[in-house]
Amino acid sequence: MREELLSIIEKNSRIDFSELAILLGTTEDVVLDELSKLENEGIICGYHTLINWEKTSIEKVTGLIEVKVTPQRGRGFDNIAERIYNYPEVKAVYLISGGYDLLVILEEKSLKEIANFVSDKLSTLDSVLSTATHFILKKYKDHGTILNKETKDEREVITP
Amino acid sequence: MRNFLSEKVVGLKPSGIRKFFDIVSEMKDAISLGVGEPDFDTPWHIRDEGIYAFERGKTFYTSNAGLKDLRAEISNYIKRTQGISYNSDNEILVTVGGSEAIDIGLRAVINDGDEVIIPQPSYVSYEPCAILAGAKPVIINLKAENEFRLTPEELLNAITEKTKVLVLPYPNNPTGAIMERSDLEKIAKIAIEKDILVMSDEIYAALTYKQKHVSIASIEGMKERTILINGFSKAYAMTGWRLGYACAPAQIIKQMTKIHQFAIMCAPTTSQYAAVEALKNGDEDVEKMRQAYNQRRRFLMNAFKNMNLECFEPFGAFYVFPCIKEFGMTSEEFATKFLMEEKVAVVPGTAFGDCGEGFLRISYAYSLENLKIAISRLERFVSKLRNSKS
Repeated sequence: MREELLSIIEKNSRIDFSELAILLGTTEDVVLDELSKLENEGIICGYHTLINWEKTSIEKVTGLIEVKVTPQRGRGFDNIAERIYNYPEVKAVYLISGGYDLLVILEEKSLKEIANFVSDKLSTLDSVLSTATHFILKKYKDHGTILNKETKDEREVITP
Repeated sequence: MRNFLSEKVVGLKPSGIRKFFDIVSEMKDAISLGVGEPDFDTPWHIRDEGIYAFERGKTFYTSNAGLKDLRAEISNYIKRTQGISYNSDNEILVTVGGSEAIDIGLRAVINDGDEVIIPQPSYVSYEPCAILAGAKPVIINLKAENEFRLTPEELLNAITEKTKVLVLPYPNNPTGAIMERSDLEKIAKIAIEKDILVMSDEIYAALTYKQKHVSIASIEGMKERTILINGFSKAYAMTGWRLGYACAPAQIIKQMTKIHQFAIMCAPTTSQYAAVEALKNGDEDVEKMRQAYNQRRRFLMNAFKNMNLECFEPFGAFYVFPCIKEFGMTSEEFATKFLMEEKVAVVPGTAFGDCGEGFLRISYAYSLENLKIAISRLERFVSKLRNSKS
């Protein structure tokens, strides 16, 4: 049930407990119990809202920054990752295999602010060797959801 | 001028669903719960394989029986899901949907005057296909108190010396009923004793919600007297690809292939390539869709319970079949009034046989959001009817 519950609330975290219980064929108590377990175990880390900012008047720029760093003895990449992810404007930090080490996702109001973050804060860190910054021009699909998708029932009338 | 029309064809009743949906398509904001096809798109990797087949120029006929690779994958699939071994060289035929398999399967075995037993309510094609093949259809009226399963007594009562084929339509459209192994064993025993062939239409086999589907062909002594029909439409949401198949003893497949080659040549090539991918890597998609259907099924059953609408719990396909006898209307009257007043289309049970009177087929091949709106309208409608009665 755990997996099914997760897959439902991954798509709709606002669904109410009674409905969840119906869909999963169980009781509300069981659902509540399972949810609190999932939260305590750190499996559910938050209930976020997927927003298509492009449709608002608020300016947002997302940057993807590839960062090469020197790992530290004993702590590997964890230390440097922590120093980066503590900045609130940093949305995500991933350790990546391949051509570079850390992928940093940054959300700011303008290109300039991202550029400033990279030049002032990121590149000046001792263990950072180099950075490469990419800007997102358009989001087609985010968190498994296709943005700007029209859903229309195209099934035609057919018998039988 | 002479009347050129075939009496046999003219005599066929048109499908009862059609008339109804002509009205629906005229109505602008009507919600339909009438459609019998998945609301999901075909999973992308399967579509992609179809596109790839085009790119590689796979635009020729395949062999009459279907792509060798596809038949091999079908054989694997039936083996791993039902434990039955079919030889992909001569016991499997790829058809244009399960519906072609029904048609040519009956035509391959019927002599004029043979009787074909058809339990109803069920899919609307069996009866006309049997008639066109020259058979006399013998209808069994299934009962709600048996959860629309076929009982041995009902079968025995329908069997005569002329009985040749039993159509076994489970998981069932329109009732959602299933037959479990213990039910099938009793039917199998009779089929063997009375020397009857079973045409088992298992197009909804992948969509069951209690336990895995059991095919009657997997029961001892049945493989040699069963035409197993399945396809890609329902399980993989591939209705428009028009692809199904029949598995049967070689001598039957041989005759079916004859009709198929003269009438159809072969099933669509692109679809066949896509279907290979579906069988190889599609299990996870099917499971996801099954899970979504199951959630909707639970939602509907709970809603019926809350509004005190009688409905046995169906464990297959994507239909529920609630009873509306308490309102003192025919299924068609109810469905028409519901459509006119609340703009929700459901199919009257009578479209699937006379014994569907007093029932409605509600399809849950619709998003949960859609179902919620439709159910709130049904709730309003039902309480209006009840109030006006008291």
